[in-house]
Amino acid sequence: MFYALLCYHQEDVVCAWTKEEDDAVMARLGIVHERLAAAGKLGPAARLLPTTAATTLRKDQDPPLVLDGPFAETKEQLLGFYILDCADLEEALGIARELGAANPGGCYEVRPVGLFVDGGARP
Amino acid sequence: MDEARTIGTTLTAARPQALAALLRYFRDLDLAEEAFQEACLRALKSWPQNGPPRDPAAWLIFVGRNVALDTVRRRARQSELPPEEVFSDTEDAETEVAARMDGAHYRDDVLRLLFICCHPELPSTQQIALALRIVSGLSVGQIARAFLVSEAAMEQRLTRAKARIARAQSGEGGVPFEPPGPVERAERLGAVAAMLYLVFNEGYSAAGDQAAAREPLCEEAIRLTRLLLRLFPAEPEIMGLCALMLLQHARTSARFDAEGAVILLDKQDRALWNRAMIGEGLALLDKAMRHRQPGAYQVQAAIAALHARAETPDETDWAQIDLLYGTLEILQPSPVVTLNRAVAISKLRGPEAALAMVEPLGDRLAGYFHYHGLRGALLMQLGRTREAREGFMTAISLATTSAEAAHIRSHLDGLK
Repeated sequence: MFYALLCYHQEDVVCAWTKEEDDAVMARLGIVHERLAAAGKLGPAARLLPTTAATTLRKDQDPPLVLDGPFAETKEQLLGFYILDCADLEEALGIARELGAANPGGCYEVRPVGLFVDGGARP
Repeated sequence: MDEARTIGTTLTAARPQALAALLRYFRDLDLAEEAFQEACLRALKSWPQNGPPRDPAAWLIFVGRNVALDTVRRRARQSELPPEEVFSDTEDAETEVAARMDGAHYRDDVLRLLFICCHPELPSTQQIALALRIVSGLSVGQIARAFLVSEAAMEQRLTRAKARIARAQSGEGGVPFEPPGPVERAERLGAVAAMLYLVFNEGYSAAGDQAAAREPLCEEAIRLTRLLLRLFPAEPEIMGLCALMLLQHARTSARFDAEGAVILLDKQDRALWNRAMIGEGLALLDKAMRHRQPGAYQVQAAIAALHARAETPDETDWAQIDLLYGTLEILQPSPVVTLNRAVAISKLRGPEAALAMVEPLGDRLAGYFHYHGLRGALLMQLGRTREAREGFMTAISLATTSAEAAHIRSHLDGLK
């Protein structure tokens, strides 16, 4: 089963990290990423730019409305995601705990993936 | 990151909102700051035990407000101890307070707090120092180091600036606490944007050994501009300002050599540019342009973006940069803008055309380092060695940092 791990955290807190703090978190995460990749469990993962860079297309009207900013003002923002290949929820939660130890604060939403399309585009 | 550090970062992040709301409650900056300080102390005690609250800013506002109310009551009773019931001020009201603080309130509160720091009678350096102290919560020592003055001198400067603001706030010209109208809000945003860009430039213009001490000013300016943009997400000029700062700051690691000497844009190792920052800057500029409301920050960001997009100096789109400077001359006429445009002209049409553009600026830019530096460089390219040397000598006498002087001296050495 593929699971999406959606990473939520308070953006103003993450944006207040110094470069050293940010680098330290990324270095700790890098160790977990490497292990997951070696085990063949790590699918695409992304760290998103701040929500200030976001644009939202409201398609519940015709023509759709383009708005600046994220889809909703929330206390914690979606800042990134992982796609993980896991046997079951227990394993996915285990990986989430491991990533969480490397990057404390905020939360991970674990969501099973219904359809996964690897279009092949690479940044 | 250990727990104390995490709490510290959370407090820093919540400071502008929390302090701004406390200022609205108490209408007194000192009292609001005191209340915030006290709330932070309580957070350091309470959060490790009870876990951090879901909305740190709301928690700090609630606790800070109660603490300050106690203080006010105690003062009113002339240091008589308050009765027990004053302390037991409605325990569960936190969620209620949080619920009442919708985004719109936060928005104008934070804008007001920033705007108060841009009082037009304060010189720009004091506006910057005050914003760093009040809004960012940097210590007096940190600010003093960034401005290369003693802590005592900075303390005095800040006290004077605060007194000036307090006088203004109590008088007719004070910033009102009612939510501003659309025109007023736009004016405040403009003033605050200019102040944030000053904070950024105070960090960005530092060189050599000072650069490291001042880099936090750039980061702080970017953090506050992102905050402002989250509060006002559809303002193209705030997007432009944020993009401009990110695109400039992305070059930080490439701007100075090991000895602290300036490395000009066309000599920088572009591999050292921060690609994530450039990506964010380009994304913001892209968003801003959709609004089709050009402004000075967007145009400057667009110029910075053309440099960022060029993988080598030769790939720089100087024709487009020339056009953008032309637009900037209309939006924000200034001889410095024309001077910058002349650089693009020198690349497009050669030193002679650029010199013709630069010469008429002589009267207005006689005391400007970069004018004499560029003029000298153009004369040098034209083989007018004697005049070039004179220009460089004047530039050195006007240099404000040793890195600037060293850079011109390297040109002079080339002339011999």
